[in-house]
Amino acid sequence: MSTSAQEIDNLISQKYKEGFVTELEVDTFPPGLDEEVIAKLSAIKGEPEFMLDYRLKAFRHWQTMTEPNWAQLNITPIDYQSISYYSAPKKDSDKPQSLDEIDPELLETYKKLGIPLDEQERLAGVAVDAVFDSVSVATTFKGKLKDAGVIFCPISEALQEHPELVKQYLGTVVPSGDNFFAALNAAVFTDGSFVYIPKGVRCPMELSTYFRINAANTGQFERTLIIADEDSHVSYLEGCTAPMRDENQLHAAVVELVVMDNAEIKYSTVQNWYPGDENGVGGIYNFVTKRAECRGANSKVSWTQVETGSAITWKYPSCVLLGDNSIGEFYSVALTNNLQQADTGTKMIHVGKNTRSTIIAKGISAGRSQNTYRGLVKVGKAAIGARNYTQCDSLLVGDKCGAHTFPYVEVKQPSAQVEHEATTSKISEDQLFFCQQRGLSAEDAVSMIVNGFCKSVFKELPMEFAVEAQALLGISLEGSVG
Amino acid sequence: MLSIENLHVNVGDKPILKGLNLQIKAGEVHAIMGPNGAGKSTLSHVLSGKSGYTVTAGNVTYQGENLLDLEPDERARKGVFLAFQYPVEIPGVSNIYLMKAALNAIRKHKGLPEVDAMDFLTLVKDKVKLLEMDEKFLYRSVNEGFSGGEKKRNEILQAAILEPSLCILDETDSGLDIDALKVVAAGVNSLRAEDRSFLMITHYQRLLDYIKPDIVHVLADGKIVKSGGPELALELEAKGYRWVEEQVA
Ligand SMILES: Nc1ncnc2c1ncn2[C@@H]1O[C@H](COP(=O)(O)OP(=O)(O)OP(=O)(O)O)[C@@H](O)[C@H]1O
Ligand SMILES: [Mg+2]
Repeated sequence: MSTSAQEIDNLISQKYKEGFVTELEVDTFPPGLDEEVIAKLSAIKGEPEFMLDYRLKAFRHWQTMTEPNWAQLNITPIDYQSISYYSAPKKDSDKPQSLDEIDPELLETYKKLGIPLDEQERLAGVAVDAVFDSVSVATTFKGKLKDAGVIFCPISEALQEHPELVKQYLGTVVPSGDNFFAALNAAVFTDGSFVYIPKGVRCPMELSTYFRINAANTGQFERTLIIADEDSHVSYLEGCTAPMRDENQLHAAVVELVVMDNAEIKYSTVQNWYPGDENGVGGIYNFVTKRAECRGANSKVSWTQVETGSAITWKYPSCVLLGDNSIGEFYSVALTNNLQQADTGTKMIHVGKNTRSTIIAKGISAGRSQNTYRGLVKVGKAAIGARNYTQCDSLLVGDKCGAHTFPYVEVKQPSAQVEHEATTSKISEDQLFFCQQRGLSAEDAVSMIVNGFCKSVFKELPMEFAVEAQALLGISLEGSVG
Repeated sequence: MLSIENLHVNVGDKPILKGLNLQIKAGEVHAIMGPNGAGKSTLSHVLSGKSGYTVTAGNVTYQGENLLDLEPDERARKGVFLAFQYPVEIPGVSNIYLMKAALNAIRKHKGLPEVDAMDFLTLVKDKVKLLEMDEKFLYRSVNEGFSGGEKKRNEILQAAILEPSLCILDETDSGLDIDALKVVAAGVNSLRAEDRSFLMITHYQRLLDYIKPDIVHVLADGKIVKSGGPELALELEAKGYRWVEEQVA
């Protein structure tokens, strides 16, 4: 860093050291984004200095960047200066006091998903007493992980307690200048998860954000970093199946996975943010950068995602297969209804020898929605013996929606084998009638056929997740058949 | 059970059924025979509520209710079952899953609780045995990759599990080999009951050797042109439809 930049940094951090006490009384920053805001944010969170440097560097880079070109997306421009970049966690007195204060439509959906009452309260953000089952569950859970040497905590906590680990890995998979939203996230992220699995450890349980109580309120710029050291294994579940309403329109998360020799990370997501109403009013813009680096030989990453929420989803969980014999997998179900738009897929970058990747993407479009698969398979010169298999299937429900497939392939190694299969089908009237003739309502029939279509992806999900994902598809398809 | 009066049905502008009358009492087995394109499948589709057909005149009463007012799934839940001439494939949906969902939909309609998983398995395995099917078919996707005969057998399996009141069989015998025909016929016969009626569409008298109908009808040019006892089928077999058409003309 040049001296002048160093001076500026010092100045900023000093200035806000003074302002610290008074600033703390402010629960929410006024809208707007500049270096002062970032310094203030970092100060409030009591971050180590390298973090502030990191954020400012990202911010400066971000300012030189332009938003990606929305190929298939129709989007109203986002005013980044009208967003508030910090909001203190809600005090219990500000939260709804009981489920009576929650939107009945939302509660109806929770009910249909069979979510127990206490869980409904948690999802809806109701202030609950500490005497609560999940608290004791969380405690036992923490003990077990600690015994295994696993670190699983909010990333803000990791910055306090394991700064050297965070510093070593943060931004090494998704550099802060990677893309417009990744840069913005690097500059202003407020929280997220941190996981470290030490060498030779098989994480004794599936890690889910459910257990990290504050997960629901990590806000619009979430940051997740997972490191699986040599010979380790972890399965991580993200999100929840019930729709989460959020006043934030923009979500720009970054997820980085680092996988060392013989290690494996299985990352499962069910994304069901508020999709907006049937006229396309409201709803979340979900712009996510997810990437895994298989650094070690024989390492493996498996992304499984079920995307049913958000007004706009823009997301390409990727695998960089550096280690020889490393494996990347992507299993995806993306469902759009009403006026939702999804542009999702994956990138498989083959660098090491004998690297293998599998892509199974299922897109379902209903209503007037648009659903795009966009994927890249890239095989570098050194990736001798690399193999990819891609299968993209689109299912149309009704005739006002659209499905699009953009599979890009770049192969620089002649021994590579790249296979691609794609299908587009419609739920036929005959199928629908057949199911109805057996007694199922049209809606149940569509939901059953769609679930059948997604089966090869659902079987990759952990059991409870798979069951909920099925119920979720049914609910997300409501109103899609006349 | 079922009463069809002067039924006229069009597909687009084209009249297919042209004043069809048919009465089926509880417990009876009726067979319908007739040349290709006469409107037999059309009748089965209209009774089960498939879209794409316009009823231009006539009435259909089922268990005292106007059948044509009901949605296809309501009809099914009230006991109307159609074994399809061409059963459709549903990739990814297992056969057993479909049958369980269907049975539960019907039970719900009757105010019964969902079937217990173990009870259901026992029931299904029992019926699978009855139809001499391999249990593997339960876990395969509905009709996907099934042979023609296997699909037909699978339709009767569903009937056996759902226990409908009115069972319409559209050419269930077509595509069955001789042994399969006997098995399927035995399956159908085991379903015969005082409160259950059958409408069997077939081209072949052979089926009627195994499933004795009470009444045989000839459907030609959108109408029932002749009805009689089981001997009518034998006569048809010997003389062909021309003979009936000439008689009627
Ligand atoms: N969707 C349609 N569009 C045009 N014509 C149709 C349609 N559906 C049925 N038809 C016509 O209606 C007539 C009766 O057909 P249907 O399938 O009911 O005959 P069928 O008696 O079952 O014959 P088969 O013995 O060959 O099964 C046929 O001429 C057929 O071509
Ligand atoms: Mg026919």
